[in-house]
Amino acid sequence: MDEEALERVRRQVEGAFALPTRLTAVNGPPGETRDAKRGQHSSTRILRWILTGIPRSAEKVLGITDVDLFIPVLTFVFGEAQVGGSAAVVSTARLRLTYDDRPAPHDLVEGRLVKECLHELGHTFGLVHCPEVACVMSRSNSVLDVDQKRAALCRDCRQRLEDLIEERNRS
Amino acid sequence: MKPKASVLVVDDEEIVRDSLASWLEEDGYRVDTAPDGPSALAKLAERAYAILLVDLKMPGMDGLEVLTKARPMQPDAAVIIMTAYATVDTAVQAMKQGAYDYLVKPFEPEELSLMVGKLTNAQALQQENVLLRKALKRQCEFKDMLSKSPKMEAVFELARTAAKSNSTVLVLGESGTGKEVLARAIHAESLRREGPFVGVSCAALTESLLESELFGHEKGAFTGATGSARGKFEIAAGGTLFLDEIGDISPKLQLDLLRVLDAKEFRRVGGTQLIKTDVRIIAATNRDLKKLVESGTFREDLYYRLNVIPVTLPPLRERKEDIPLLVDHFLAQLRAEMHKPLEAVSKEAMELLMAHEWPGNVRELRNVLERAAVLTRGPILTPLELDLTPPVVSGSPGGAAAEGADSLREMERRHIVTTLKQHHWNITRSAKALGIDRVTLYNKIKRYQIREDE
Repeated sequence: MDEEALERVRRQVEGAFALPTRLTAVNGPPGETRDAKRGQHSSTRILRWILTGIPRSAEKVLGITDVDLFIPVLTFVFGEAQVGGSAAVVSTARLRLTYDDRPAPHDLVEGRLVKECLHELGHTFGLVHCPEVACVMSRSNSVLDVDQKRAALCRDCRQRLEDLIEERNRS
Repeated sequence: MKPKASVLVVDDEEIVRDSLASWLEEDGYRVDTAPDGPSALAKLAERAYAILLVDLKMPGMDGLEVLTKARPMQPDAAVIIMTAYATVDTAVQAMKQGAYDYLVKPFEPEELSLMVGKLTNAQALQQENVLLRKALKRQCEFKDMLSKSPKMEAVFELARTAAKSNSTVLVLGESGTGKEVLARAIHAESLRREGPFVGVSCAALTESLLESELFGHEKGAFTGATGSARGKFEIAAGGTLFLDEIGDISPKLQLDLLRVLDAKEFRRVGGTQLIKTDVRIIAATNRDLKKLVESGTFREDLYYRLNVIPVTLPPLRERKEDIPLLVDHFLAQLRAEMHKPLEAVSKEAMELLMAHEWPGNVRELRNVLERAAVLTRGPILTPLELDLTPPVVSGSPGGAAAEGADSLREMERRHIVTTLKQHHWNITRSAKALGIDRVTLYNKIKRYQIREDE
């Protein structure tokens, strides 16, 4: 993704969670997260790698990568997050394609990326999947699912997020 | 938010366990992991899981062995076997051993989502079904007593609490509401349950006989006292003394009883030795003791002594929802007693039972069913066999509310007169038909001044 697009994603994330958000470019993910047989990177290992280098100034770190992600039992994942934790990762690899594996238009990809970033960060705040298909917290198993949801939390998830943040501030 | 089900992931590879746990946690499941069969079984012994995701190939105990051992531990948990080496044989074997399904690794995210979603929905439906069935069957019990009525539930709750204490209980309620049954149940639930339950009907005996019955007597205490005898207070030692129809005892006995309750000791009739009492008193009456106190017929101090824990049994007409339940209960009892294939009452018979006012309460219902059970030739009791007098409808529909109490008494009087006439003034048969005992019927005849020639 080009820097301008990433900047737009950053602004959307900042707006959604009302927390200062900044972009940092890093080299990675490291080679050991790659599974040679599958030609994919383990999202769980990438999360572990992110966790080793979280800057003091950051409460949450979201990795955005173009490598294809997987967990061992599944063929792929769009991303992974620690529910109620600090780290999350999103891959653009599958978001770049249409349902029948053709390249998707750039603005569609950017829109999908925003949704998946909000989704995985939502998990780090403690939100879980929402049964409301239009909610950004609904589970996406394919790009069609991603395209069905809006880049926003539904009313229930928004309320839940506020409660979780309040709970966190109290403790 | 409703908490989601618990899932146990069993796999020897840490990355598989962690990644799958993370994936399921994002769905809101509570996830535990186990690296091998024995640790999985240990976890199963600790908490209930809705879903078990088990890897087929593991060193030591394999997935099928975990499945076999997990089934009896948690029969409601659905086991999904995961395998990288799918063969028809292993799949068939897994399903035969009770696995819910199997997945070939790596599987599509959609496949896992669908399977887990379908599974939890089915489990939620099943649970809802169980809860609905329970709600439908919801009934409260206290020993032999059954009810669906909130009023009775409150009675049972109070009786349960009373049973735990040693305090005097006063059971109030109309004839046939089950005052003695409740007293027996309280005794059976109390710490004194190993001791005796001794009942005395205070209305059935003359003053001197009741005195001797309660306190015993010494030889020569009165004409005919050829030997000494223990009274109910002594016989009930360590247990419960049930004083039925306490509202009918004479002023002298009221005073005697008050003294025993105060001093916890008494003398036998004609005796000099003080005997200590160790009984829990449960008194019962169908009369309005408070009114008897107001009219000066019953000692106020004794009333307060007895009225420590008052429990009022509602009449059957105020808990008609219990009639089908009681009918089932009594039919089961009668089936066993009579060795007759009694199954149920017909729809019409049930309508009649529900419409009846039951002045003799549960006892009357039991008697009506017993009579019908004797008469019936088939398994279903019909209106003909129930032989219920249709409810008497008051002739003054515009009657003022103040007249309500009088008309209820009048209804009871008329019902008694009709029953007595039906049974040619045979007191035993009439009392049975009314569902009350003979003494109560005599008392009612006296109270209502019913004459044979009217």
